[in-house]
Amino acid sequence: MSIVDDRNDTDGAVAVTAATAATAAPAEPGAAGAAPPPVPLLHVEGLRVSFAGTEVVKGISFTAYAGRCLAIVGESGSGKSVTARTVVGLTGAGSEVSVDRLELGDRDLSGLGERQWRRIRGKEVGFVLQDALVSLDQLRKVGHEVAEPLAVHGVGDRRARAAKAIELLESVGVPEPEVRAAQRPYELSGGLRQRALIASAIALDPPLVIADEPTTALDVTVGAQVLDLLAASKSRGTSIILISHDLAVVARLADDVAVMKGGEIVEHGPVEDILRNPQHAYTKALLDAVPSEHTRGTHLVRPADGEEKTVRSRRPVDRGRPLIEARHLVKAFRGPDGKDREVVRDVSFEVFSGETLGIVGESGSGKTTTARIALALTPPTSGEVLLRGEPWSALGLRQRRPARSRIGVVYQDPLSSFDPRWSVDRILADALSRGPRPPANATEARRRSLELLEQVGLGHGHLTSAPLRLSGGQRQRVAIARALAPEPELIVCDEPVSALDVSVQAQVLDLLTDLQDELGVTYLFISHDLGVIHHMCDRILVMKDGEVVESGGADEVFDRPRHPYTQQLLTALPRLEVAR
Amino acid sequence: MKLAFRLLSVVAVLIAAASVTFFAQLMVPGDRATTILNLQNGREQEWTASELGPVNEKFGFDNPLVVQYLHYVGGLFRGDLGTSYTQYQSVNSVIGAQIVPSLVLTASALVVAWALAIGVTLLTVKRGRFVTGLGSGWETFAASLPTYWVGVVLLVVLAVKVPIFPVIGGSGAWGTVLPVLTLAIPLAGFLGQVTRDEFDKVLDQPFVTTARTRGMGDTAVRLRHGLRHAVLPGITLSGWALGALVSGAVIAENIYGRPGIGQVLVTAVNTRDVPTVSGIVLVVAGVYVVANVLVDISYAVVDPRLRSHSRLATA
Repeated sequence: MSIVDDRNDTDGAVAVTAATAATAAPAEPGAAGAAPPPVPLLHVEGLRVSFAGTEVVKGISFTAYAGRCLAIVGESGSGKSVTARTVVGLTGAGSEVSVDRLELGDRDLSGLGERQWRRIRGKEVGFVLQDALVSLDQLRKVGHEVAEPLAVHGVGDRRARAAKAIELLESVGVPEPEVRAAQRPYELSGGLRQRALIASAIALDPPLVIADEPTTALDVTVGAQVLDLLAASKSRGTSIILISHDLAVVARLADDVAVMKGGEIVEHGPVEDILRNPQHAYTKALLDAVPSEHTRGTHLVRPADGEEKTVRSRRPVDRGRPLIEARHLVKAFRGPDGKDREVVRDVSFEVFSGETLGIVGESGSGKTTTARIALALTPPTSGEVLLRGEPWSALGLRQRRPARSRIGVVYQDPLSSFDPRWSVDRILADALSRGPRPPANATEARRRSLELLEQVGLGHGHLTSAPLRLSGGQRQRVAIARALAPEPELIVCDEPVSALDVSVQAQVLDLLTDLQDELGVTYLFISHDLGVIHHMCDRILVMKDGEVVESGGADEVFDRPRHPYTQQLLTALPRLEVAR
Repeated sequence: MKLAFRLLSVVAVLIAAASVTFFAQLMVPGDRATTILNLQNGREQEWTASELGPVNEKFGFDNPLVVQYLHYVGGLFRGDLGTSYTQYQSVNSVIGAQIVPSLVLTASALVVAWALAIGVTLLTVKRGRFVTGLGSGWETFAASLPTYWVGVVLLVVLAVKVPIFPVIGGSGAWGTVLPVLTLAIPLAGFLGQVTRDEFDKVLDQPFVTTARTRGMGDTAVRLRHGLRHAVLPGITLSGWALGALVSGAVIAENIYGRPGIGQVLVTAVNTRDVPTVSGIVLVVAGVYVVANVLVDISYAVVDPRLRSHSRLATA
């Protein structure tokens, strides 16, 4: 399966990177003269779902066509996953479903009993869930999992099913399928697992496949391969419903898009129209919120009254002596076989005051370990980190303690870095007391905590909240306030927005850039998301297998990648390029 | 490597248990030879040196403490648990005759407890508020029952009022039913609670949803996907449970007048026959250790994720 790189698209307005298979489908229903009109497969009209009296899907209608992909786009809580599950009669316990019309081909699905639904599931509709690590039974062999739809629907005997499982694994591009079939899911890499999950969904060659966030848990290059796999299935005539929050992924696979918000479809149409010429304010906001090279230097969230996005007012970067300097860092861990494995190999970098240095890489590239060494949480095996030219990683624990507050940190999941029994004011007071100006008394601590909260866009009302009761975005704001409290010179951000919905991500990224513009904070910004990195960072390190394979200015690396790995990453990146 | 370490730790645990029991014998107040003669003659008095001499020699009390200790531990390695104070025969033969019915009782109780626990959870987990409540209510009730109470109630109801089972059971199959139930019911409640908790979580896992999207029915999902995950925490507890069952067996054996190690233990404690008590403690410790090794093995059989880390699990 080849990946077509059409980043040089001359159209300029929208460039949709897609697999060859995907581009083969007609652009619009019935639009192209030569192509036959698409055949409708799934008809949904007036679908309503409620849980305990609360309506979460409010009368939506859509149609999926054979050989085309319909993407249902929305953020968490929009009702998109509930919709997907309702289509296979698995809405869940305590739900009430009503629908005017629910037809698959010429079959009426409304009001089916459980027994009849079971004949549809797996056979007429295949379902691919998000993360294969938890979506495949870890205690069973991959081959058994893949062949389970065959067993459930009584197709073939044990021997025939085992053979078919191997055939299926081969068809989704799993190398050594005989070996893999005998292994268990946890023994496979994320990409292979996801392929196995897809193999299982298409085991009975169902005319409709529903994929619920199929690439969210995957690295960029692996995610691209999984999308290609779905595209290949589509080109063979399968209808695909793709559930996603990621517009870039949608752009790569979908033909039609339905944008969901609060249980309603707010906009619906061919993918090009939606991406190029969005009508609904929510769709526009969603598109705006996607960070990329085009959003560099601007805010992601458009002001309520403004037509144009506001531009950042950067402070100048002091290119004199670096704030932090890493020299030839090496970190080795002892593996289970007793051999040392180097997870960081000869990594050197400098971060200057007021700038943002990005470290990008896939899982296992060593980027988080590098960050931990910079934070002096992990000692390097060799090499050294200097802070303002003074020893940092080489200091003893006791000597380092007074200087600890000079580097702050924001993690991906703030909840696990908060004591769940502490309220926000206690978290902040504790952080303030570790800074160079510890508050003299409780009143001052409270006043300064409130200032911090206001700085990150929260207010008085959040002071006494428990982190558990805050939303994901609010929690990350508290985490940022905590990082700011001891007035650090550098903040290490380790995947700070990876767990957030795209519009919340946009708000948090805007907050980080605003803080930099106001306070002149320096960031060491770690992410697997190339769009986020390009949006945020001045300079970039690309890491792979513990080594820095490429480094330079953000535009330089993104526009003229020299290392084959960077080129591969950028090719695989599902991107959404909307001219502004 | 791992296996060798494991076996070493087993030996270490047993030696530690043996040492504790050995020194416990010394802690018993009074001269040991005097105690033995008092026991044999059934009265409290002072004995002359010539009367004490043969006893001291027979039990080796006149040797230095270190020699006595090494002799005792050395004897354990040859499988010799020492000599009973009261019965003038080896502890081995005192226990040996009684250990088999006790092991039969505890092993059957464990099997029956698991069967009850799995049966009830399979039928009642996530089956609507009423059925689920019934299942978890039964488990809480059963788990809170003391063994002696269950034993007495079963005896009165099923052997005295409605004479289905014999009052004095003996070690026959029919007579074993009530003692096994006595031990199994509280344990079933306990295992059931743990299994239900896990089952409940497992049925919400995405892989269960995946199985349902393949068209699998509810019962099949429970049996093929849920059960295996749900029994894991219960298996971990089974090693502990087996140890607890041995002590529970003492009670059950007494209630039903059933031969077994429990009867021997009660008699030995009453007569202060320290070597016999020590011997039983050691055997129970041994059962405990073996049970935990078995638990490790069965855990790895159920959960293959552990196999790569443990060579014990090649079974």
